[in-house]
Formats: sequence, structure tokens, C-alpha cells
Amino acid sequence: MDALLIGTVIKIVLVLAIVAALAGFGTYLERKVLAFMQRRLGPTHVGPFGLLQIVADGIKLFTKEDFIPQNANKFIFMMAPVVTAATAFIALSAVPLFPTFTIPDAIPFIGGAIVPSVIADINVAILFVLGMMGAGLYGPLLAGMAQANKWGIIGAARTAVQFLSYEVVTGLSILAPIMLVGSLSLIDFNNAQTGGIGSWIVWQQPVAFVLFLIAGFAETNRTPFDLLEHEAEVVSGYATEYSGLRWGMFFIGEYANMITIALLASIIFFGGFTPLGFIPGWLAILLKVTFFFFLMLWVRASWPHIRPDQLMWFCWKVLMPIAVINIIITGIVIMI
Amino acid sequence: MMNNEKQKYVMLDLGGTPATPWCSFKQVMKRTFKGELFVGLWVTLREMFKTLFLGGKHTTKYPLEKLPISPRYRAIHDMLRLLESGHYRCIGCGLCEKICISNCIAMETRYDENQRKEVSEYTINFGRCIFCGYCAEVCPELAIVHGARYENASEQRAGFSLFEDMLTPIDKLHLQKEYEGFGAPSVDADAKIKKTPLAY
Repeated sequence: MDALLIGTVIKIVLVLAIVAALAGFGTYLERKVLAFMQRRLGPTHVGPFGLLQIVADGIKLFTKEDFIPQNANKFIFMMAPVVTAATAFIALSAVPLFPTFTIPDAIPFIGGAIVPSVIADINVAILFVLGMMGAGLYGPLLAGMAQANKWGIIGAARTAVQFLSYEVVTGLSILAPIMLVGSLSLIDFNNAQTGGIGSWIVWQQPVAFVLFLIAGFAETNRTPFDLLEHEAEVVSGYATEYSGLRWGMFFIGEYANMITIALLASIIFFGGFTPLGFIPGWLAILLKVTFFFFLMLWVRASWPHIRPDQLMWFCWKVLMPIAVINIIITGIVIMI
Repeated sequence: MMNNEKQKYVMLDLGGTPATPWCSFKQVMKRTFKGELFVGLWVTLREMFKTLFLGGKHTTKYPLEKLPISPRYRAIHDMLRLLESGHYRCIGCGLCEKICISNCIAMETRYDENQRKEVSEYTINFGRCIFCGYCAEVCPELAIVHGARYENASEQRAGFSLFEDMLTPIDKLHLQKEYEGFGAPSVDADAKIKKTPLAY
């Protein structure tokens, strides 16, 4: 029990540190990829290839004034970014990151220990992750309502509408793979796809995968669904009055959510961390997550974003009926 | 095309607004499965590979790299010298001072010991200069011309340049290029000359 507790604490610290650092690195990658796709250079001057730009941005965020508007509800205003960042990381706690591995015997004290690379292998992992990402809605919502700014209110309203609508599509689209696998645990999902590329669920559920990807883009506020902080329309949406580290926490939360969605898509539809031919499992999932992360940047560079009414139309009149039909067809096929 | 000629506009065939629900459904289906979104993805990916591997970057790292500018560009003035003797070309006629529409050129001249006009004082106030190029155009000797120094930010509004500052340094005389810009004769000037009626 003690070993389990200590191991869990170590894993929590590692995941927090690495994913927070990756979120920072994600901003660098995003700037670089967008720049190359627009025939620019991106950050080049701070450090080799501009890599230390993250540090410069961090210093800037740390040293900025922590501004709280006069009429804001101070407590909620201060807590809202924490909600976003916290829910994003809590959601990660039920996602398996790597295959289970054994620490080599050469390392003292902990040598020979078997480490499952998931903080908590709960049997309702998918529900938990989706629920936590849904609870992440409270970050932008409370932020927008607490800051006494009309742009913030509009941004918060858009966030609420978008999250609530697309939660439905996420849940319904994942339901079909869940019916196939018969479990809500992400480890079970991974173990159901151990038979190489042919056994990936994406071949059986391509529609569910496309729906999940679209809804995932909407839940992480990525282009083409980034209308809750689109500066041409609502200044910065819910983040209008935020500055410094609190604003940074929103972004760490957003990038952590991107990583979570990329992980979910790779585990549920693309075989997760099962070894892929000569590629070991840990590298396979890294490559998959990297691809999905790159896909989000790629889409941002390529596509325009859509209007709020188109967003709602798309969700309720297109995606949700397709998801329901997909579930029905899957159910019929399973019965037969 | 003459300005008053009627423009030949071509209407693009965008198709009408769908009238019935069946038409809008067909339009949605057509647009969904046409794959235009993937064309967009392909274009950005292609541009990324061009930028990374084929040198398709559009960025000029400005203070480190500079684009070549046209000889007709009108930046800070240069005072040229005669190539043979190295004496400055300015003959002190004062035309540039007269024509300057922002009154930024100030010059004083006197006769030297050879009874030849000599420039004793010559300043251009670059805080006032609008870089219209009249001085270079009017100069009969191509003595005052526009150079290529366009980085002229300063801490004060008034910025005076003296004659000696703009004059080609005597040791750099061999580097002096003949001016091709505003007011200079064009490269094919000789070919363009027509005989005057008296020559017939």
C-alpha cells in the first residue's frame, strides 16, 4: 500500500511536470509549424532555433502585473484559471500514457518494480476523462462571468454553448467503440487492439473516429471551433481581463487538453501503446500523439473558423444524428 | 485599355441560393464530400515542405539581410565628385536651394582665388526634407543625388547634414557609382536623341 502510494505520488509529480513542460513546448511547436506553413521563420533569436522562447515567454508571464478588475468578483476571478488547469491535469490521471514497464534491476531501491504507466486505472476511465474535461467548462464560464466585462460574458456564453453541445457528440461517438470493446477502461481498449494495425478500432468505426476528432477539436477550442476567444469578434473572450500567470494557466490547461484528446484518440481508435511491428509501444503512442498534436496545428494553419450559428447547426443537425445512426448500426451489427 | 472604356466584368457562376430543403441538402453533401478541406490541408503542408527544404521562405531578417533597392529610390542625399580630378561636382549654382519645396537646403557660396564658385556652407535639414527628389532632378551637374541610406531614424526632429558628410570620401572615389536614379539621364539616352531640325 505504501509502495502504491509513493509510486502514485511520483507518477503524479512526473505527469504534472512533464505535461506542463510539454504544454509550454507545444506553444513553441505551434508557432514554428504555423510559421513554416505561412512561409515565415517563427521564433529564431532566443536560444538555438528559438527554443528558449518558451523561457522568455514564461519570464514575461511571471513578471506581468496580476491585474484584477475593479468590479470583478475577486475570488472567482482568481480561482477560474485554476479550474481550467486543474481539470485538464485531473483528466490526464486516468489516461494510460505508456505500456507497463519494469524498472531495471541496476537501479537501487526501486529496481525490479513493475510500473503501470497510468496514475489510476479506474474501470470508468472514459467517463471520468470526459467528465473532467466537461468540468473544465467551469474555468472559462466562471472567468467570463466574474470579470465584469461584456466581451468576457459573450466569450463565456459561447464556451458554455460549445462545450455542452459537443460533449453530446463526444459521448455518443465514443459509445460505439465502447459497445464493441465492452469496457470503459482505457487499458481494456488498448488490450482489445493488440493484433497489429488491422485490429485498430478506427477500421471498424471510422465514422465514430471522425466525429470524435471533430468534437475533440471543439472541446479544446481549436480552429475551426476557436470562436470563444476570437479576437476579431470578442477581443479575447473569457480571457479578456486576464494577464500574467493566470492567463498562462488557461493556456497550459488548453494545451494539456490537446494532449489529452490526442492521447484519447490514439488509445481508443489507433491501438494505443501496443507495439507496432518493430516500433516499441512507448514510441508508437508518442508518434500517434505527436501526429494528432500536429494535426491540430495543421488544421489551424489551413482552415478558417466557423460562425457560432454554423457551429450549433453542425453539432445538432449533422454530427449528433450521424452519431446516433452510427450507434444504431453498430448495435444491429453486434446483435447479428 | 482606355480609362473610359467599358469594363468587361465576368460574373462567376456561383450557383443560386438553394430554394428547397432538398437543394440545400444536396449542396451540403456536395460540399462535404468534395474534399476541399483536404485541398487546404495539402496546400499548407506543401508550403511547409517548400519553406523547410526548398528555401521558400519569405522572411528577410532585416537588420542582418537587406533587400536591394532601386536606383530610383530617394533616400539620404550623396554629393558626388568628378571622377578625373576628385574635385566636388557642385558648381554652387544654388538651383537645389531654390527649388527645394520644404526649404531644407541652405547654402552659401563665394568666389575662390581662381574666380570660381566655391561652396562655403551647405546643409540639408533632414527633419524637413520630404525626399521629393527635385534637388537631384534640377542639378545640372549630377552633383547632388539620392543615395541608398534609408535608415535615418534619429532622436531629434531636426537632423542637419553638412556638405562634407554627404560628399564621397576622397579615398573611396574609385567606389563612386554613377547615379542612375531620379534626374539622371537614362541608360539609353544616346539612342533616344533625335537630330535637331538644323542638322538636316
